[in-house]
Amino acid sequence: MQLSISLLEITRAIDSWLNSIFHPHVAFGIELVLAGVAVILLVVAMAVLMVYAERKLAGFMQMRLGPMRVGKYGSMQAIADVMKLLLKECLVPTNSDKMMFKLAPFVVTVVSFMTIVPIAFARGIQLWDINIGVFYITAVSSLSVIGILMAGWSSNNKYSLLGAMRSGAQIVSYELSGGLALIVVVMMSGTLSISGIVQAQADGWWVIKGHIPVIIAFVTFIITSTAELNRAPFDLAEAESELTAGYHTEYSGMQFAMFFLSEYTNMFVLSMVAATVFLGGWMPFHIAGLEGFNHFMDYIPGIVWFFGKTFFILFLIVWFRWTFPRLRIDQLLKLEWKYLLPVSIINVLFAAFIALMGWYL
Amino acid sequence: MSASTIIFYIVSALVLVFGAMSVFTRKIFRAAIYLLFSLIGIAGIYILMNMDFIAALQVLIYVGGIIVLIIFSIFLTHQAGDKLPKPLFKRIVAGASMAAFGLIVVLGVFYKTAFKVTTEAGIDHSARSIGRQMLDYHHHGYVYPFEIVSFLLLAALVGCIVIAVKIQKK
Repeated sequence: MQLSISLLEITRAIDSWLNSIFHPHVAFGIELVLAGVAVILLVVAMAVLMVYAERKLAGFMQMRLGPMRVGKYGSMQAIADVMKLLLKECLVPTNSDKMMFKLAPFVVTVVSFMTIVPIAFARGIQLWDINIGVFYITAVSSLSVIGILMAGWSSNNKYSLLGAMRSGAQIVSYELSGGLALIVVVMMSGTLSISGIVQAQADGWWVIKGHIPVIIAFVTFIITSTAELNRAPFDLAEAESELTAGYHTEYSGMQFAMFFLSEYTNMFVLSMVAATVFLGGWMPFHIAGLEGFNHFMDYIPGIVWFFGKTFFILFLIVWFRWTFPRLRIDQLLKLEWKYLLPVSIINVLFAAFIALMGWYL
Repeated sequence: MSASTIIFYIVSALVLVFGAMSVFTRKIFRAAIYLLFSLIGIAGIYILMNMDFIAALQVLIYVGGIIVLIIFSIFLTHQAGDKLPKPLFKRIVAGASMAAFGLIVVLGVFYKTAFKVTTEAGIDHSARSIGRQMLDYHHHGYVYPFEIVSFLLLAALVGCIVIAVKIQKK
């Protein structure tokens, strides 16, 4: 007898309830709307939480207290910031390409929301179990660079254009190593679908049972995803001392907030991908042979495991930001093309050999 | 008319409209963006046909790769923000007649072909089967064209490096 209620049962109950009241097509439409609202709520809540957590962590790492004034321990600070951004006016420069200027934040936001679709949050909690999940996320997230280039170009500002060019070059080059790092795990689990990759880790997470190639791939993926996010130490696209704010220099109010939101959404999605592909998604931690320990771990719900792993990766990315100094543009390109890319190509060959011989656990 | 037919017509209308806009606009950066939307629409049609893998390839290669390259090359040209000059009347006539000729050829082929409705099972479109066929050298596999194209691309890459490399003088 199972006492706990899983998320899957809740969604099934909602589904059968809607189908009993409405026509199946109408029920399907309502479910689509509900799923969309759920994603938006999740992303907004996560963004507010992540902004607060990042400011607090940054404070602690620099022997400060971080935000303390608004609410208890400054907990209302992020919400106050959101209210401020909502009330501000959206300025549009006179000599800009106005249509492109207004379209760019929407492109960036839509792309970052689209990447959430194939993520598996817990057993059976997935919006679209597409059979090419990992590849879909890579393909769609490569679109975000277009929004950044649009924003930088249409602002008609030299800082914006330079920031957009740097950001574009950075994202396009770091995508290669990021993709190769994912290929390592795709080869070992023999599937591109997110649920398949999670299922393949039922007897152990890839980072544990995949030996050296997966560990190299994990480290490469974390570095490249930090670079794709334009976050420190790779934030020279919006280096405030050189370029004011890069491609979103001219944006204000809600339009700026959309760039900000999509940046945090991308960070959240990439952490979720890393948690799914390398750390087992919602699979609990098991040690072969220790039955009691494994049963105890099974009692922790999948969603707690999933968000725990995601927050661990998010913490790593925040930690990087307050630890490493910013790279120069030549160091950035050298790191990708002379170190990361050759290492990941050799790593893929190595991993293919191990996958062929079946040497992983 | 089923929902997928309606979606098909909406998506194809978007593809055609954005394609036409990318040809007729006089701002070159906007032309690139309209082309981007047109290509995304084609990826949508692939998804409607259940070809997920091809759709993702379309987005990754054409949208994430080629359009980004086009935008970068627009950025590197001078006065990319100005409107292009109006085309000459001669060129409008020449372009329109070429387009009309192309349309006549396509329509001719289209109306001559007798489209048959088959009851055969759909082909296997998973990434696994595409990969198998790509590297197969027995059952009508594509390993030969695949290898030739990869060799061509490798030659092009090496050529680019040879052209771009700076030889340091002592």
